[in-house]
Amino acid sequence: MAPSHFEAPTDVEAAIALLSRRPGARPLAGGTDLLVQLRLGAATPDLFVDLKRIPRLMATSLDSKGLTLGAAVPAAEIVENASIRSLWPGLVEATALIGSSQIQGRATWGGNLCNASPAADAVPAMIVCGAKIVLAGPGGEREVLIEDFTTGPGETLLERGELVVEFRVPAPAPRSADAYLRVTPRSEMDIAVVGVGVQLELDREGRVASARVALGAVAPTAVRADAAAEALVGSRLDDAALDRAAVAASTSASPIDDRRGTAAYRKSVVGVLTKRAARIAYERAQAR
Amino acid sequence: MAKIRVETTINGEATEYLCTGQQSLLEALRDELGLMGTKEGCATGDCGACSVVLDGRLVSSCLVLAAEAEGRTVKTIEGVAEGTRLHPLQQQFLEQGALQCGICTPGFIVAAQQLLESHPDPTEEEVRFYLAGNLCRCTGYDKIIRAVLEAAAVLREQTT
Repeated sequence: MAPSHFEAPTDVEAAIALLSRRPGARPLAGGTDLLVQLRLGAATPDLFVDLKRIPRLMATSLDSKGLTLGAAVPAAEIVENASIRSLWPGLVEATALIGSSQIQGRATWGGNLCNASPAADAVPAMIVCGAKIVLAGPGGEREVLIEDFTTGPGETLLERGELVVEFRVPAPAPRSADAYLRVTPRSEMDIAVVGVGVQLELDREGRVASARVALGAVAPTAVRADAAAEALVGSRLDDAALDRAAVAASTSASPIDDRRGTAAYRKSVVGVLTKRAARIAYERAQAR
Repeated sequence: MAKIRVETTINGEATEYLCTGQQSLLEALRDELGLMGTKEGCATGDCGACSVVLDGRLVSSCLVLAAEAEGRTVKTIEGVAEGTRLHPLQQQFLEQGALQCGICTPGFIVAAQQLLESHPDPTEEEVRFYLAGNLCRCTGYDKIIRAVLEAAAVLREQTT
């Protein structure tokens, strides 16, 4: 194995400069995917750029507009934050599902997104919350919606020298809430066979005023299922609306057969999870 | 290529070592510092045998680069006992027969200690979920879970 260099810059500009310098440079946040790829020989970075000494990438700030969270904040810190938990319970549930206690101590939103696995748990949950990321690179900064960032398995919009700096999650509207559910053969230490995020906003009469549904592990990237969301709008989540949403979610899924599940199973389960996650989001929104 | 010099604190002691850019913290602990208590199981973050506490967070030391530990604090299994006095977790692993081959034991004890620091009175389910990333191929887990719950009770008694 060729030797790798290691740098730990303390600001974003220095990180961009280091990442731009070598084509084999890789940003290192929690390392829970990158260092596994290194051990398996699937990644051969010639430079690790540790992002965890950059204050902006480790910062959490919450105000009336929403949450700004550094891309290298570990999952455990997000899950322990009672304010984030109460405002975005679905997003936190999805974050808490990533790996073991040991992985939680390291894994980050930035890594979960940039690893670009179709089964990344946090990603559908971020999409339904309307989250965006800030990318910084040699050409400056740009803001991108989560659902636009991943272009295929392992593929993202990131250009050379660019990195994800922070996440921006808008504050939930009144009477709105999110939920995330996934199916795995085991209750822990597993990768989603299907994941579904739902976010619902209710009107004063308890009808769904607006909805977002996003699906994981049923397409090359996490995808929005807008038809499923529209099927819920105007309803009080009666069975007919839920059935329509389930069919729509199933229709918008384009899964593959793999060792974790068949395409047919995924198409069926994605509808079931859509219903269940919608019910949870609805109850949470009613309670707000 | 010149090696990287790392100054860090391990089990309360200022320590330094040399490492390469891709060496793991696990390799530095074992091969550079001779701290052989931390075990390598899978080297891909799946088994928990290499668990250590890095700046207060439980991590798999196989998925930490040795160079990342610069200026940080690391706690390993060697820092759990006080001198020759075993920690209640270690004592209970012995008394409950919670190990056979022993390779997973240091990781379990480091992880369980981390759990008990934030949750002194966990339920069995909480213990099982928290330790889900620590694999044992000998015991079937039951005695491990019992040892952790018993140690938690001992620790609670000590603090009251």
